[in-house]
Amino acid sequence: MSTHQLNAQNLLCPMPVIKTQDKIATLASGDILEVSCTDPGVLSDIPAWCRINGHKLLHSEQSDRIIKLTIEVIHENDR
Amino acid sequence: MTKRKAVALISGGLDSLLAARVIQNQGIHVEGINFYTGFCVEGHTHAIRKKDKAKPKRNNALWSAEQLSMKLHIIDISEEYKDIVINPKHGYGAHLNPCLDCKIFMVQKALDWANDNDFDFIITGEVIGQRPKSQRKETMPIIARESGAEDRLLRPLCAQNLPATLPEREGWINRDELFGFSGRNRKPQIELANKLGFEEFAQPAGGCCFLTDEAYSNKLADLWRYRGEKRYELDDIMLLKIGRHIRPAPNFKMIVSREEGENNFLEGYRKQFLHLRTVSHNGPLTLIDGEPNAEDIELAARIAARFSQGKQDTEVQVKATFPDGQSKILGVAPILPTEIPQGWYV
Repeated sequence: MSTHQLNAQNLLCPMPVIKTQDKIATLASGDILEVSCTDPGVLSDIPAWCRINGHKLLHSEQSDRIIKLTIEVIHENDR
Repeated sequence: MTKRKAVALISGGLDSLLAARVIQNQGIHVEGINFYTGFCVEGHTHAIRKKDKAKPKRNNALWSAEQLSMKLHIIDISEEYKDIVINPKHGYGAHLNPCLDCKIFMVQKALDWANDNDFDFIITGEVIGQRPKSQRKETMPIIARESGAEDRLLRPLCAQNLPATLPEREGWINRDELFGFSGRNRKPQIELANKLGFEEFAQPAGGCCFLTDEAYSNKLADLWRYRGEKRYELDDIMLLKIGRHIRPAPNFKMIVSREEGENNFLEGYRKQFLHLRTVSHNGPLTLIDGEPNAEDIELAARIAARFSQGKQDTEVQVKATFPDGQSKILGVAPILPTEIPQGWYV
């Protein structure tokens, strides 16, 4: 298990979702991904993407223009 | 018995939502695929403009997938898609929308994905006669043939008006439980949505693509005309969605933010451009695309001043910052509205 960072700042939806999706595809179940974004649309889109694909959104926070989301990777075979 | 699998093109609109649910209801495992072209309407403008804050910022394709309890794969095709926009084999629609080539390309990409992931067939929410360019009786076989999908492409909402496809012939799908919708009337879809229990759904009037928008297409045509070639980068097409675009001369164009949300968005681009900021008064951030000379910069500063809070004053201080970081302050008289010909607005 390890923690990874993804900088999706200055990208507009759905690019932060695509970047998150593609990054998670390279990670193992149990890994943690911390995503930082600036598009407020991610507050709806990344949690929705996690729900659809079975990953766990652990935390989200917004300070100034930066939005941070923390996701636990759970691949289908490990549910 | 092997459970058959279908990949559904999900735009986020009602038709693709219904098509996927109709096939799910026949016991098929369905996963969604959504393509990002760079011209997608939702997300961008809603997220950028403060005036749109009340609108939901959700991605409709993700929302549809959630309603359908199915996986959604969002795929960035923006780079490959350039060739579709620049050289559409079947031409453009009313504006710069290459709808038929676009549909063929997306079905082809979905077919590649289906082959790579062992899915049996592809479904779309197309309805004969729904869209003037791509969804016509004569274009349906063209899409199936030129995408390579052939009879592995099933349109559940209008299947009964078309020859039986492989999933129907093989008995994976019961053709009698598909539909024979046609035309622009949305009533059958609304009735089906109600029957299937969908109470809320997105119905974007011009589809979900900026290329169907006249004003947007005009800006793209302007970009190509003055660039001297049909070419664009992703940043170009993003910036066409933002601000007032004013071209006072062939060699430069101004992008003037209209409000705080656009100002914030343009901030992310300012280091790539010569940009203007009014310093004596509150005002918009202005990017300048092109190669203006000193006189042009002064004219641009006067125009930028016109959109600042100092528009009624005799002089406004405007700071011009160049991409190399150098800057200078210009004291200018705001241009009068009558001095801005309507033709300058792109």
